[in-house]
Amino acid sequence: MLRLLWLVPAIPLASALTLALLRLSQRTVAWIGTCSIAASSLISLLVSISFVNAPPISGAYTQVLWRWFNVDGLRPEIALYLDPLSLVMMVVVAFVSFLIHLYSTEFMSGDDGYGRFFAYMNLFVGSMLTLVLADNLLLLYLGWEGVGLCSYLLIGFWYRDPANGRAGRKAFIVTRTGDTAMVIGLFLLFHDLGTLNIQDLMHRAAQYWPIGSTGALAAAFLLLGGAVGKSAQLPLQTWLPDAMAGPTPVSALIHAATMVTAGVYLIARTHILYSLAPQAQFAVAVIGAATLLMAGFSALTQHDLKRVLAYSTISQIGYMFLALGVGAWPAAIFHFMTHAFFKALLFLGAGIVIESLDGEHDIFRMGGLRQKLPVPFWTFLIAGCSLAGLPLITAGAFSKGWIVWGAYSAANGSAGLWAVALAGVFLTALYTFRMIFLVFFGQQNSQVTRKPGQAMMIPCVILAFLSIAGGYIRTPFASYLSAVLPWNPGITRRASFGEMFSEGIVALVFFLGLCLAYVFFLRRRDYSSALASSPASSVLHRFWFSDWGMDWLYHRLFVRPVVWMAKVGKGDPIDGFYTGVGRLNEIVWRGLSLSQSGRLRWYAAVIAAGAIVLIGVVIFS
Amino acid sequence: MILGWLLAILIAGGLIAWPLARLHPLLSRLIALSAVALDLALALFLAARDFGPGSIAGGWREDLDLSWIPQFGIHFHLGLDGLSLLLVLLTLFLGVVAVVVSWTEITTAVGFYHFNLLLILAGILGVLLSLDLFLFYFSWELMLVPMYFLISIWGREQRVYAAIKFFLFTQLSGLLMLIALLALYFAHHQATGVYTFEYQDLLGTPLDPHAAMWIMLGFLAAFAVKLPVFPFHTWLPDACTEASAATNLVLASLMASTAAYGMIRFLLPLFPDAVQAISPLMIVLAVIGILYSAFLAFSQTNLMRLVAYASIGHLGFVLLAIFAGNSLALRGAVMTIIAHAISIGALFLVAGAVEKRVQSREIDTMGGLWETIPRLSGAGLFFALAALGLPGLGDFIGEFLILIGTYQAHIAAAAVAACGVLAATFYALRFVQRAFQGPNDHSWQLPDLAPREALIFGILMVVLLWLGFYPQPVFETLRQAANHAPALWR
Amino acid sequence: MTAIPMADGLILGGILFALGLAGLLLRRNLLLILVSIEIMLNGAGVAFVAAGSRWGQADGQVMFLFTLAAAAAEVAVGLALLLTHFHRRQTLDADSISEMRG
Repeated sequence: MLRLLWLVPAIPLASALTLALLRLSQRTVAWIGTCSIAASSLISLLVSISFVNAPPISGAYTQVLWRWFNVDGLRPEIALYLDPLSLVMMVVVAFVSFLIHLYSTEFMSGDDGYGRFFAYMNLFVGSMLTLVLADNLLLLYLGWEGVGLCSYLLIGFWYRDPANGRAGRKAFIVTRTGDTAMVIGLFLLFHDLGTLNIQDLMHRAAQYWPIGSTGALAAAFLLLGGAVGKSAQLPLQTWLPDAMAGPTPVSALIHAATMVTAGVYLIARTHILYSLAPQAQFAVAVIGAATLLMAGFSALTQHDLKRVLAYSTISQIGYMFLALGVGAWPAAIFHFMTHAFFKALLFLGAGIVIESLDGEHDIFRMGGLRQKLPVPFWTFLIAGCSLAGLPLITAGAFSKGWIVWGAYSAANGSAGLWAVALAGVFLTALYTFRMIFLVFFGQQNSQVTRKPGQAMMIPCVILAFLSIAGGYIRTPFASYLSAVLPWNPGITRRASFGEMFSEGIVALVFFLGLCLAYVFFLRRRDYSSALASSPASSVLHRFWFSDWGMDWLYHRLFVRPVVWMAKVGKGDPIDGFYTGVGRLNEIVWRGLSLSQSGRLRWYAAVIAAGAIVLIGVVIFS
Repeated sequence: MILGWLLAILIAGGLIAWPLARLHPLLSRLIALSAVALDLALALFLAARDFGPGSIAGGWREDLDLSWIPQFGIHFHLGLDGLSLLLVLLTLFLGVVAVVVSWTEITTAVGFYHFNLLLILAGILGVLLSLDLFLFYFSWELMLVPMYFLISIWGREQRVYAAIKFFLFTQLSGLLMLIALLALYFAHHQATGVYTFEYQDLLGTPLDPHAAMWIMLGFLAAFAVKLPVFPFHTWLPDACTEASAATNLVLASLMASTAAYGMIRFLLPLFPDAVQAISPLMIVLAVIGILYSAFLAFSQTNLMRLVAYASIGHLGFVLLAIFAGNSLALRGAVMTIIAHAISIGALFLVAGAVEKRVQSREIDTMGGLWETIPRLSGAGLFFALAALGLPGLGDFIGEFLILIGTYQAHIAAAAVAACGVLAATFYALRFVQRAFQGPNDHSWQLPDLAPREALIFGILMVVLLWLGFYPQPVFETLRQAANHAPALWR
Repeated sequence: MTAIPMADGLILGGILFALGLAGLLLRRNLLLILVSIEIMLNGAGVAFVAAGSRWGQADGQVMFLFTLAAAAAEVAVGLALLLTHFHRRQTLDADSISEMRG
């Protein structure tokens, strides 16, 4: 059964090829596109069950497909590696992808790029699965770039609007900047340790690199560069809000559940390297903490529904980075899983809302949709509660609480990080319920023109169920992963007093946020508008709205100079040298041709003078 | 013997195709196509026979040695090893593509066109196969005049300027190479008392370091202009802006590969110490070239010019690898030569196909083409992705090996060059965006890919994917070449 | 017979040559330019004869005969060119032959 592992990424890739090459009816496309992912998730489930029941002795299963190339010491293989970590990633990615594909069959119906859409989506899923199952960094990089490519193609899917293309290019270029750092990290790792196979790398790193050595630090920071780009963390987070230009299923799948978590996976996969480079690991935590706060504030000010969710995603991944940084590895992966469920659901719900209001994105123009769209409302509410962390019921609460506790108790944890995480909980609750109250409660401002069908509702219901139930498997989850991601000794299995205290504070903070949102956005809207219009807070509002000015900064710092340099150099200044030679030639020619006056006596005089000079030279030398 | 046939068939084909056009252009095209296809078949036969699995022994697998002008020690000596086989196959394959692409593009003086094209291919093969330095120089110059005609007769408005510029640059550097060659010839005589142009004999010539540096510079001048290397590159964008798509294919892909081949086969083995001394400078030039051309490609509005600068950027990687002095990088260089030839060549063909439909090479007149010509746009996207080094395609393997090899020798150069890959993203995406995406403002209603074009693009895509996922045959063939020049490939 | 010193002969030849050269450069009438050329040739001839008499050999005078033959040929061709030019331009001004410029 384990031998079927290769089918998991292969089936989506094959169907992507088919959909790209053949021109088929929408029904056929929908069937092929969705069934391929369904088959992939089914096989992944079977493989996982087989793996869990009868795990291989070494704890991991490697399936070698072929040797990619063999050049002088560099011998990567196209090989898949299954261990508890990649198993979790694979199952979550495949299953959530399937649900979103099902949703898209109805969401994208009528679009003339239907086949193209599913081809790109399948290609994406295939690349993502390759990424999480890769056994060496080069194959991982192939999946990494593949998902980046699909992200670009899908953000700019509606290509007729140049703004979408711009957003796609921004995403591709910003993430590729991070990828450049990552690829230099690959060079360094191969140069120092002689291999790109992940497990071999980890063993050799532990052997040859003492803790805190420059090799480990450099490699860890370079890989972090790639992770930061792909996962939209500080300082490379500016692409994600703009990526909302793509169709909503794309935002749900790529920019919430899967691709943006690739960075988290990378760091978790190479966690031994990070344990050898404590400064780098601390940087991960700091980046996570800073990002979760920054994005939280930004989410508070947005009025485009999808942008709120985009900043929310950045913030939640910040939590995952924070967990990785303090050494609470399983907590990060657990939060990845629950986040995949509730964030995908939030996006799918947002898609339903936007579609039913005929393309309205502004939450201040929505409202009162509770009665008209009951099932979307309930599922959205469940997902929102999970995101904010409604205690004891929702999965999000379990995963986030775990991270908050880990921020204090883990090896690199501190009270400061714990406080930041708590502040994040407050912010999350605040902006989440702001969003829910503005969209579903209060007065209805726009007309509902469409209601969602079954294909869109079923995935939402399933995800809602998972957003609740997913949390209860925390303990077995943690113990299952402990083989691969060592529990940090700071986190104990039994709930200690400290942990219960932390969870209690989290719950308190959650309710504080909820109440504040209730007051400001449901009961007394005038309070919030008064607050927003006061001079000090409007400056703050603008600042947070524009992502803390980072877009403006990058535009001035990077985009403008590059464009200027290109414009200045367009005519190729080097060519000036060669045309200069040509022009010099011309000047000399003009000068010399002056002596060709055509006058007979001039020529005679020159001959005479020349003869005299020559004779003089002969006589006097 | 077969090697001689390779050249003879091309020349004969050209000579026959020339007058036949008077009867009917189609005859001329068919003769040319069959000549190149026959050669390709012969080359494949050679590959299967001499380079099948298990034949790793070094040395020249094919050898043809005829005495030509014995008084000066000139032989007509052709030889084939792994490296030359790869490039010969590449040349003939792209030669077939070039002939097929010109099927409907070239309508005037068809016979003369094919004569020139085949003569250029013969010259390239001569360069790749010759083991006698005089014959090498002869073939090198043989490529010049037909290419001049190709640009100046079937080009766009400024074609004569571009053709003359190309000719002057290449001729001048070729003359420098001739002087260096003669200096080597005489130095060899001084050391051993024998007058010879034989490659193997000249390999061990003892040269005093000063003389070696000057002679090497002479050779380097010719290769640097042909490749092209950063400050000497300005002829290529002008030539590509004016020439037809098939000409650009031959110019940028195949002639560049001869320059790189010349560096690997002649420059590195003949003057190892001088090469070592000059490599810091060359590495700096290579890196500057990569970044410079990427920025310039980004700002171009003429489609062919954009692709020309992209080509220069990729060849900058090849130059970097050759002078980095690392065997991983050198293997990556050969891979890049092959993959770049195919992907950049394909980009030229895409640009040519777009030009045929839109009647313009200016990006500003395009936009929104995806709506009416989705397949061509898809092909354009595919090859643009190859140009920016997307993993899974051949270019990535080459560039990755070059960078990882260069890193072993010069960390800073590798890091900066990696940024060059990032810079390639700018122009590649701009190309796709401006040409294919956006609204269809001009209400284009254009015919999509014809079966002939679709076949060519399909084959090129398959080759790139194959090189990206299973490049080992290339490296195995290279290993054969490495075995008989171990000092070079380490 | 007292021999005339060679120097005198050479000086005479030089003066004749210089006079001819001056005439060639300063005169504008084509015909007179041809005459000046003749004077230059004769000046060179005198120099040859003087040198020949210094060494007591006939070579100098033989050279002068050669020069005469060459002069005659040259005058023939020159006069023919002059006539053609006159037919075209109706003038014998040397400055009117200025079309091969640049």
